[in-house]
Parts: sequence; structure tokens; C-alpha cells
Amino acid sequence: MEIKNSQGRKHLILSILSPILILAVWEVASRLGVVDQRFLPPPSKIAVALITVLAEGALFTHLRATLFRVLAGFFCGAVPAIIIGIIMGLSGGIRAFMRPLIVISYPIPKIALFPVVMLFFGLGDVSNVLIVSIGVFFPVLYNTMGGVTSIPRIYWDVASNFNAQALKLFLTVALPGAMPSIFTGLKLGVGMALITTVVTEYMGAREGLGFMIWFSWQVFSVGEMFVGIGVISFIGFVLTTLVERLERLVIPWKA
Amino acid sequence: MANAENGERDKIIVRGLTKSFKSGKQETVALAGIDLTVPTGEFLCIVGPSGCGKTTLLRILAGLESASKGEMRIIPNSEGLPINSMVFQENSIFPWFTVWDNVAYGLRMRGVSQEKRKKAVTYFLDKVGILDFKDFYPYQLSGGMKQRVSIARAFANEPEILLMDEPFAALDEQNRLILQEELLSIWEQNRKTVVFITHSIDEAVFLGDRVFVMTARPGKVKAMADVPLPRPRFVEELKGNAQYRELTKQIWHLVKEEVQRGQDGNKK
Repeated sequence: MEIKNSQGRKHLILSILSPILILAVWEVASRLGVVDQRFLPPPSKIAVALITVLAEGALFTHLRATLFRVLAGFFCGAVPAIIIGIIMGLSGGIRAFMRPLIVISYPIPKIALFPVVMLFFGLGDVSNVLIVSIGVFFPVLYNTMGGVTSIPRIYWDVASNFNAQALKLFLTVALPGAMPSIFTGLKLGVGMALITTVVTEYMGAREGLGFMIWFSWQVFSVGEMFVGIGVISFIGFVLTTLVERLERLVIPWKA
Repeated sequence: MANAENGERDKIIVRGLTKSFKSGKQETVALAGIDLTVPTGEFLCIVGPSGCGKTTLLRILAGLESASKGEMRIIPNSEGLPINSMVFQENSIFPWFTVWDNVAYGLRMRGVSQEKRKKAVTYFLDKVGILDFKDFYPYQLSGGMKQRVSIARAFANEPEILLMDEPFAALDEQNRLILQEELLSIWEQNRKTVVFITHSIDEAVFLGDRVFVMTARPGKVKAMADVPLPRPRFVEELKGNAQYRELTKQIWHLVKEEVQRGQDGNKK
């Protein structure tokens, strides 16, 4: 036990060390002029930029707008994806019926649909959230469906032997059996939600972190640009951690 | 005792049961006209060479597969009880449920009240000696404990008949012997009708009232052997029993003939 603990501590230190090391190299390289400071300002200057944007209050406006789009898009994409994924996983007929539609639409870069969506819904949050949810929909759908179809046959036999039907079958076999895969899909979905949100904000938004990055680039405010990038990666970190926490809570049977 | 077609004591009646599988244009006959009558409260063991259709027969009895021809009836004793519960080979307990929820599964599916459920689950978990592990998940259990959960789950459902598909095949020798005795001790208290499939002749003779020997594929009735050994039975006592040794020897001869016949059949 003690060995495990000391090894755990060692691993923790190592995993904190790598980002610190990168930041240090970056700082030194930038200050010594190894890289152009105008394009890659040292982390200390980005920190100053962060404090400035925080003090102005602009960051919160952007953060709020982006968080709303990410979360709304995530839920609007993930919930139908889980439901449809389970139904497709359960029924070979429905799977055969839906498959061509999914296969054809999956490879389209979701962002390519943005102009189409804007034709219908105009410039605004509806269009942004819709694109984000389409982006989240596919990885969650595929993983959910795969999760259901890969439930070992023996569990279906047991359920059938104990006369589990309809909703009970769904709740006691399909849903828990697919749960680990659903979470894999959700974790991929978080990444998808961030990417699509930022890109839609580049093109069709007046606020949001994506807008902030794009605008900073246009006015050559490189420090602010990096602040935007840093905050997005922080959101990604927080959301992924939350999903992982939720996973441990919902799937206590995983070793 | 099996001659009265509709005798009150008959529990399972199988007549001319045939099962064939089609793959492409080829038709494989798995079971070729099985006749079988199992009286209420009997522990029937089925042995036969591997691939003879034992499991198919059991799955048909369980309603998991349908027969191609013939008749199969299970005569219920009381209204409202499930017809059968099965103990599967291995890893059949739901990994996402605790020991407790696994054992309660059948009762929950039938909508049995929580109070009754609690009583039955506690009773059978205690019987198989894993009451202390009721909140554990399957990944925390050994193979032997998992099969205890599976046995408790089947018994707790209070079915008309119990079907067991080589439930101890994946266990090591020590666990197998212990679980065999445990199974008998539970069974002797409630005397459900049991159909138990095994490839182990020792196991069949130790557990069964009768041993049904099947032919190589297509599976038919080869022989039916009575096991007149007194109960309760204990492994260490039976090993030295002359009658037990003679019976296992006879049955082994029957099975061996079929294994060899099956191999010859495959060569052609």
C-alpha cells in the first residue's frame, strides 16, 4: 500500500512538472528572442493580459456566451444521440433504416453546414447551438449504438429468461450495458462541442471566446489572443473532469 | 414412473423434439426426436459428447430457442410462478448490479413486493454463504462466488423448474466440489425439478436422481440410468462407494462409445 502511495505521489509530481517545464522553456525562449516575442509573448506577459481582461470585465461576457453555447449544444446533441443510439442498438431494422443517413451525414465537416443553418435561423445563438449539437450528436450516437450492440448475448439471454421486457429490459440491460461506451462518446463530445463553438464564434458572433481570439488577431493583440486560447483549454479541462467524475458516480461497477 | 403420459407427478414432458439449424443450403440436425419425461422434484442430469445438443435442448426447455418439430410441455404446479430459471455457464451475472440486485433480479422483473423480495434474497444469499458480500459488484468476486450468485438468483425466482447449463464447468476442482454439495443441500430443502447439463460423469452421478445419456450429434436418447444412491450425498463418501464407481464406469462406457462414433462420423 505504501509503495503504491509513494508511486502515486511520484506520478502526481511528474504530471505537474511537465506543464511547468513547458512554460519555463517558453518563457526563456521568448525573453531571449529565440522565438519572436510579438508572435509568441512569454507566459508572464500573457498573465498580465489575462489580469487586464479580467479587470475590464470583458472576459466574463465572452466566457458566459461561450459556456452557454458549449453546454446548450452539448445537451441538445447528447440527449437525442443517446436515445436514438440505444434504439438503433436495440433494433436491427431501425439500424438498417438509419444507417445510410448517418453514414452519409457523418463525414460532412459540421462547420460546413453553418451557412445553411444560418440561412434558416440567421446570425445568432440558435444557429451556433444547433451546429454545436450536430457536432456532439455523432460521436455520442456512434458510441452509444456500439455500446448497446456489443453487450454480450448472455445478458440478453438472462434478461429474457427472467422475462424482462420493454422498459425493464431497457433500464436493466441496454442502458447500464451501454453506459461505459456512452461516456466515451460524451468525452469525445466535450471536445467536439468546444471546437464547433469556437469556430462558429469566429464566423457568426459578436461575443464569445472564439470571437475574442479572432478579434484580437485582427487588431494584433496577441496577448489577449493567447488568453482566449488558454481559457478555452481550461474550460475543456474542467468539463472533461466533470464528465469523468460523473462517470465514476454513474458506473460504480467498473474496476 | 415415467410411463403415465399425463400423470400428476410429471413435470416436464418432451415428445419427438427435433431441432435443426439451417446455414445456407446445409441443414444440421442438432436434436433428432428426443423423448423425455421428468417427474416433479427430480434432479435429472444430462451428459453426452460435446456438440451433441445438450445445451440446445436446455435452451429449448428455457424458451430461449424454439423446437423445429415435436412437443415440449412444462406442467405448472401453482398459478403465477415463473416456468423456469436458468443457471448459465459463467459470467452471466450482470456486472452493473450488486450481488443483491443480481439475486433480486427475477423477483423485481415479476413485480414482487419489496418485503417479499428482501426475504427471499436474504434467505438464498445466506444459503449460498455470500450474504456478507451483498453490496459487492461482480468484478470484486471470484469465479466461485459469481456462480453462487447465479444459483441464488435462479432459486430466489421460485421457478417451476430449474435449468442448469454446466454451471461449474469453469471452476477449479475444489470450488466445484464445494458448490456441488452446496447446490444439493439447497435443493434437498426445496426439491425443485432440476435439469442439469454437465460434461462430467462424476458430477452427473453425484448430483442426479437419473442420468440421461445423449448420443453424438444428432442428439438422441442413448440411455437413461437410475442413480439409486442414498441422499444426502457427500463427495468424500461417494468416492469410496462401489455402486457409485460402477455407475460412473457404465456411463463412461456409454459416453465413450458416442464420442468415438462422433469422431468417426466427423472423419467421413
